Amino acid sequence: MGDKKNKGLDPKTYKFDTLSLHAGYQPQKNAGSRQVPIYQTTSYLFDDVDHAAALFNLERGGHIYSRISNPTVAVLEERVASLEGGTAALATSSGMSAIFLTIMTLCEAGDHLVVSSQLYGGTVNLFRLTLPKFGIKCTFVKPRDTEGFKKAIQKNTKGIFGEIVGNPGNELMNMPEIAKIAHDAGIPLIIDATYQTPYLCRPFEHGTDLVVHSLTKWMAGHGSSMAGILVEGGNFDWMQNDKFSSMTSPYEGYHGLSFAEEFGPTAFTMKARAEGMRDFGPCLSPQNAWNVLQGIETLSVRMKKHCSNAEEMVKYLLEHESVAWVSHPSVPDHPDHELAKKLLPNGRGSMIAFGIKGGKDAGVAFINNVKLASHLANVGDTRTLVIHPASGTHSQMDEATLKFAGLSHDMIRLSVGIEDIDDIKNDFEIGFRAASKPRLVSNQ
Amino acid sequence: MKFEVNGEEIFASTGGRPLDKKKPLIIFVHGSGLTHMTWVLQTRYFAFHGYNVLALDMPGHGLSGGKSLKSIEDMSEWVNNVIDALGYKEASLVGHSQGCLVTIECASRYPNKIKTLSLMGGAGAIPMNPELLALAENNDPKAVDLMMDWAHGPAGHFGGHPVPGLYHINTGAMLAKSRTIKNTLAVDFRACDNYKNGFEAAKKIKIPTLSILATDDKMCPVKEGEKLASQIEGSKVEVIDNCGHMMLLEEADKVLNVLKKFILKNYPSK
Repeated sequence: MGDKKNKGLDPKTYKFDTLSLHAGYQPQKNAGSRQVPIYQTTSYLFDDVDHAAALFNLERGGHIYSRISNPTVAVLEERVASLEGGTAALATSSGMSAIFLTIMTLCEAGDHLVVSSQLYGGTVNLFRLTLPKFGIKCTFVKPRDTEGFKKAIQKNTKGIFGEIVGNPGNELMNMPEIAKIAHDAGIPLIIDATYQTPYLCRPFEHGTDLVVHSLTKWMAGHGSSMAGILVEGGNFDWMQNDKFSSMTSPYEGYHGLSFAEEFGPTAFTMKARAEGMRDFGPCLSPQNAWNVLQGIETLSVRMKKHCSNAEEMVKYLLEHESVAWVSHPSVPDHPDHELAKKLLPNGRGSMIAFGIKGGKDAGVAFINNVKLASHLANVGDTRTLVIHPASGTHSQMDEATLKFAGLSHDMIRLSVGIEDIDDIKNDFEIGFRAASKPRLVSNQ
Repeated sequence: MKFEVNGEEIFASTGGRPLDKKKPLIIFVHGSGLTHMTWVLQTRYFAFHGYNVLALDMPGHGLSGGKSLKSIEDMSEWVNNVIDALGYKEASLVGHSQGCLVTIECASRYPNKIKTLSLMGGAGAIPMNPELLALAENNDPKAVDLMMDWAHGPAGHFGGHPVPGLYHINTGAMLAKSRTIKNTLAVDFRACDNYKNGFEAAKKIKIPTLSILATDDKMCPVKEGEKLASQIEGSKVEVIDNCGHMMLLEEADKVLNVLKKFILKNYPSK
């Protein structure tokens, strides 16, 4: 067994940068087209009635209808699965739909989740306000309170959810320890790794079981297309207890199929697609999948520049007289500095939170006056982005929730782009100058 | 489903349909260190088209209890025990890689019980690379990584899984790592390496036999598969282009079409 010509026993499987460009696609099977074709179609011809029945019954692989799967989208799914070190992936129309689909595949009415309190505002609202409407309750725990995650687990808890680096406070979850807590309780850890991309962190290597991304952000980079994805690590044993009966017992919707028995390390994705995409339908358009693929081709190149620019900006902000505080895991006195070195060895990411002297009014003046940095509700664009969370992304939170989520009124969230670093700093000088001027109108 | 064989609880996928004694039985035997899940794109089809299907987890593998069997001969006897344990008089066997050695040996020992034989990525002997064997016996996950590298052709390395969204190499690796490597993969590798009776067993086989081979199979190359097939009277050979050793997943549809044609002709469901 094995190729006699093989010199030295090292696997020759493709590495990260190669997978970013090639994974999931074979030109030979697509008319030799070097670029991934955009399969702009809703549906696919069946060979005959038997073939159609076999596809519908998961007896064969293949495409039926683009709400369930599409060849262009499938390339993206395989590409992200390969980069994450996962077994399977399911792309969705947005990051939020990826989270929703994951939770609805995992949980039923009467179930409970333990959730980090530092999340994107939209995710907080999903867990706090919307999921309870489906009978799914959540307990929020501060990301650094590792023991708190353990204490919050109940009999009906089906999983732990969080972001590696919380949005926007930049507090880290101790992913390996929280994964152990989850596994000791027989439940999966689900991580939103949007901020990191697999270039900075591969959560499956730290015990995570399911990863979700908003591909709209760094993965795509160009800020042109909405997309999300669920990725499965393949290591979680759904049959270890009786908590996940919809994964392990015969499912009426597919002639008594047991997803865990039949599909093992890809069971969760298979269920999410077969049931979730069929019933909820948050499918990704092939055009948007193609757009995201263009971004992923340069993922590692861009992430290096994002991270080096972010570190420059951290130094600049730390020394600036108008800045009250700076939060970024690269700062040596950041409480999670050492943990970040372990979890994010290739760079600590390009999200910075800082407090501007003068509080909310100064923050508003700063954002209203920068010219290069874009004021908008997105992160992870190649362009530098700024927002004042308390009046923007997290504005639907009341005072107590803002405080629990680690937000303050002087906080500015900065997503550092890949422009020339001098231009970003010059732009910030304009903003800081405006922020330090007397604000007669607001003072009145 | 779970059932008992030789006092151990064994798992086999029935392809999503309960067994029905009135239907003919097809048994699928997986390769080294793997599980029943490698067969999912063949078993469900047969289960819903008039057959009883058993995609076995060999002892100590996947969801089965017991310890891994140490020789191909023991494995072939165990497959026969499965048929007896479930009260069947006959079966058709389908094997992949190591599973080919097991099913060849079983078919040669039980000529009246085994009705057809389908071999995927098979060879008359599967000598192991000593370094790979040592890695597996030292429980080194690199053994799995190497196996996944060598076992996959272009589909595995670039992607293009027949099931949308699945990624070959990582899925295969996860199956091979689902139990302790030194207790499963290493034991299987050693059993393959020790087995010397493949060609002799093949000469005794008189039942309809199909060999499915793949042009990019580095583990059991086409010429080795053809050498084995030449020892089996009337054996039919099909070669799949641009495909590696994991043909049952890499080119699942082509494999199913060839297998379907062969089994429907030679072991029809009434």
